Amino acid sequence: MPRLVLAMVLVLLAHPAAAERLVVSLSNHRVQITSSFAGEDVVLFGTVEPDRGQAALKQGYDLVVTVTGPRETFRTRRKERVAGIWVNVDSREFVRVPSYLAVLTNRPVADIANPETLRSLQVGLDNFLLPQRIGPDIADTVRNDPYRVAFVRLESEHGLYREAPNAVTFLTPTVFRAAIPLPADIPTGTFGIDVKLFSGGALVARTNSALEVIKVGFEQYVADAARDYGLLYGVVTALIALLTGWLASVVFRRD
Amino acid sequence: MQTYLPVANLPVDIFLVAGMGLAVGFISGMFGIGGGFLMTPLLIFIGISPAVAVASVGSHVAASSFTGAIHYWRQRALDLALALMLLGAGIIGTATGVWLFTELRELDQLDLAIGLAYVTLLTVVGAVMIFESARAELRARKGMPPILRRPGSHHWFHGLPLKFRFKRSKIYVSVIPVWAIGFIIGFIGAIMGIGGGFLLVPMLIYFLRVPTAIVIGTSMVLTLITMISATVMHATTNHLVDVVLAVLLMIGGVVGAQFGARAGQHIRGERLRLLLGILVLLVGLRFAYDLIVPPADAFSLRPVRDV
Repeated sequence: MPRLVLAMVLVLLAHPAAAERLVVSLSNHRVQITSSFAGEDVVLFGTVEPDRGQAALKQGYDLVVTVTGPRETFRTRRKERVAGIWVNVDSREFVRVPSYLAVLTNRPVADIANPETLRSLQVGLDNFLLPQRIGPDIADTVRNDPYRVAFVRLESEHGLYREAPNAVTFLTPTVFRAAIPLPADIPTGTFGIDVKLFSGGALVARTNSALEVIKVGFEQYVADAARDYGLLYGVVTALIALLTGWLASVVFRRD
Repeated sequence: MQTYLPVANLPVDIFLVAGMGLAVGFISGMFGIGGGFLMTPLLIFIGISPAVAVASVGSHVAASSFTGAIHYWRQRALDLALALMLLGAGIIGTATGVWLFTELRELDQLDLAIGLAYVTLLTVVGAVMIFESARAELRARKGMPPILRRPGSHHWFHGLPLKFRFKRSKIYVSVIPVWAIGFIIGFIGAIMGIGGGFLLVPMLIYFLRVPTAIVIGTSMVLTLITMISATVMHATTNHLVDVVLAVLLMIGGVVGAQFGARAGQHIRGERLRLLLGILVLLVGLRFAYDLIVPPADAFSLRPVRDV
């Protein structure tokens, strides 16, 4: 019996304010890629419903929005000088990691909670689990592992990974807004959105949502044809090439 | 004006891409080369993934070489028999090359292999062409007659059996060196993702002594057939051919190739070879630069198909 009480106390400590409710909504659940697509911002709106009156508000809330794109496997390669020329000498595989990863917060991640909490809740690019294939094992490495650092940096340079400490704005102490920037070369598929609410360095509420990035119309038709009817698609492309070449020689004929 | 590429998954500027097609098409029509060795790096530079670039360039090269080939066909400057003979061996070379391509890609040494192949071939071929054509040019300046054909200076392979007369090219030669050249072009083309025109042109000129004008038309027929099959193969196996990108490149390419082919015919053979030699050498040195100079970033990323 004392053991059960202890367990209950621990549960209560772990979720000191589990009664807080988090409600979020997206400006757009379906991002359509058309011929004029050049990237888009999806806006996430939400409110916190504090359950313990105004007392909890004094501490203020912190919000972390983590957006993860469809999973993909990447290989990070490292060059070294061998006999005067630069050669890929070593590589690491990042297994089924998000092709898009955005961590949007209202202030720097390190200020929101202590490192252990951030680590266990995978808050921030440094703490997000990025499993690598190392020999027969698949595991994440320490955050300053050179391959991990290089991988995050290269993805960030492409605008596909980002950590934005000012992307979440609290319009009132309980109403917030966050812009999710989707770059032009965004992968298509389902994007998971994980919203975590912190108060006084502890997680008080959590919810999630999702958005879908899809090609529509002509773009979808072409992409589907390329994937599902490769041979026909190739033959048609080849015929277009011949037709274009022939047309030009007719148009430019000088006799 | 931007448009979204449905397979490459990114938007590009229509006029920029068509302009690139035009410029490369001009060079390709002028020298009888496909221009893949120029276009692929350009596409990668504007942000298209190397795999999509290599797969989509083929159809652009096919369109440019088809319009060029029609032009030379009308001028009767094309040896179909020679082209078909080269092609037969070329297919075997391509198959061997595709196999090695896959092996090297698995080992993450494809970039290196391509880089080294480019540097070695382009600098050597470019330097030889510049040297030879400059000498011919100097002779012409001094008023000496150009060396058209030296009957006594046969290569050793002229003694080989299976002789065949290529009427249009005005050569009578064993088919063994023709097959060898075809195989080498197919092999190297598959590894480097190019048609191999810039190699074929000098090889036909210097080894088989085919007249320059005929070489260009013949090379275009060969490039056309290889690139058509490459497009279909890439579309069937990798599904990475972007038809929107291809069409944009083609439209620029065919117009450029028309003007290029016309410009090429107004330039003397040795001067044309000198220009091509310089172009080839420059691209070769550019690749050498990439291999020798420390890269801005020692790390690079490559997506892997999930297993």
